[in-house]
Amino acid sequence: MPKIIYETHDGQRIEANAAVGTSVMQAAKAAGIDGITAECGGSAMCATCHCYVDEAFLDKLPEVGIVESEMLDCAASERKATSRLSCQIKMSDDLDGLLVRLPETQV
Amino acid sequence: MTMTAAVVTAQCPVLDCDPYTRENLMDPYAMHAELRDAGPVVRLSKYSCYAMARFEEVHAAMNDWQTYSSASGVGLDDFRKTKPWRPPSILLEVDPPLHTQTRSVMSRVMSPAAMRQKREEWQVKADHLVDDLIARGTFDAIADLANVFPLRVFPDAVGLRPEGRENLLPYGNMVFNSFGPRNEVFLESVANAQPVVQWIMDQCRRDMLTPGGFGAQVFEAMDRGEIDATQAPILVRSMLTAGLDTTIIGIGSMVYAFALFPDQWDNLRREPALLRPAFDEVVRWASPVQTFFRTTTRDVEVAGVTIPEGEKVLMFLGAANRDPRKWSHPDDLDIRRATTGHVGFGTGIHGCVGQMVARMEADVVMTAMLKRIKAIEIVGEPVRHLNNTLRSLASLPVRVIPA
Repeated sequence: MPKIIYETHDGQRIEANAAVGTSVMQAAKAAGIDGITAECGGSAMCATCHCYVDEAFLDKLPEVGIVESEMLDCAASERKATSRLSCQIKMSDDLDGLLVRLPETQV
Repeated sequence: MTMTAAVVTAQCPVLDCDPYTRENLMDPYAMHAELRDAGPVVRLSKYSCYAMARFEEVHAAMNDWQTYSSASGVGLDDFRKTKPWRPPSILLEVDPPLHTQTRSVMSRVMSPAAMRQKREEWQVKADHLVDDLIARGTFDAIADLANVFPLRVFPDAVGLRPEGRENLLPYGNMVFNSFGPRNEVFLESVANAQPVVQWIMDQCRRDMLTPGGFGAQVFEAMDRGEIDATQAPILVRSMLTAGLDTTIIGIGSMVYAFALFPDQWDNLRREPALLRPAFDEVVRWASPVQTFFRTTTRDVEVAGVTIPEGEKVLMFLGAANRDPRKWSHPDDLDIRRATTGHVGFGTGIHGCVGQMVARMEADVVMTAMLKRIKAIEIVGEPVRHLNNTLRSLASLPVRVIPA
């Protein structure tokens, strides 16, 4: 099962396993990670599952969708080139070891 | 002798229950349990359709728009076989790529950032309303609170003129009824709404909408070429259809839930930071939108049962949200529950695009109530309002004890 590493805003790292097809948001919620709120549950509607994807993985991800991009513009923490909504990233074996950094705040 | 692998096709349970009788609309929970227990997918003989009521299957299907299409309508009627009774929604009743286009316009207009800008103004209005109700002590939580607050903030936010706003309610009621069969409940709502249909269409014109409002912003998206001139008014119509009844029911359900579960109100008063997840728990528990249909685009196997291509599938959101396979003590309100993933706002690409509006309305009303109200008591028999899709109260007499 592929693994995801979540780095909290204060630098603590938490590892979680995620079945292929599970979103990075769902895996975070299942692991009880505080820095992902995910108010809308994965409909790309609330921008509270914002994360910064480590550069090494960026080009392995599908492009940012137009709805996702609208939402990232609304995120409570600064949007960067590495910004994604974790609900829109589905895990695959290719993404094993994915490192995502969590923003200072989601709301 | 050669061994041949047996192809096991599970039998699809056939049920003769009718979700649209007055009895089942009044109290659907026993039927929900029957549907869930019958199997992951069942066939409803009365309507010649399939149905799902367990969380796992409903959630998966709602997240698979390629297989479970909305383009043939999200009601019982199949747009490929019968002419839609009104021009279809270009948000709710379409698939990508058109859906992606219209949805991105709407999600920007009603985005979290847009809602943050409304918070202060809406909080003042909620504080006033709740102050007045506390002064009265005893009131109807539906007629005097749930119906009142969204009508004070939402039409202004859209940019409607002051006259005729009460017309929004019968129209929404009719549209949500139309997703079910042509039963008595639907026909009554059509009779009530007929006089307001033209008014609704008129309000969707650009010259009727206040500059800066949600409606005007839809037309600005048209100016930028994101949608065309026929699409802009239909998107405004979607706001008027789906933006009011649903939020009214959300607020009414919130009061009802905390009146029935006073310990949860105490918990929330102790931990007001749980306010937003607590509202999601209310939406899970109440499921204001109970059902939507999808139509299969291919033969699809669900837990051993094959649903053929072109079949209507009824998704029981309300039953999924109370499926004991997913939720412990599902009939209880528990504001500390991890509710992420509930399907009360739908889920996937058709997940409610106005959900941040609904959350902000509930947020300011609950914030006002939490500061001022120690307990909510039901002082008269609650009365249900029946609708083929929406589950709501018509009346909820309460007394509030000031904090």
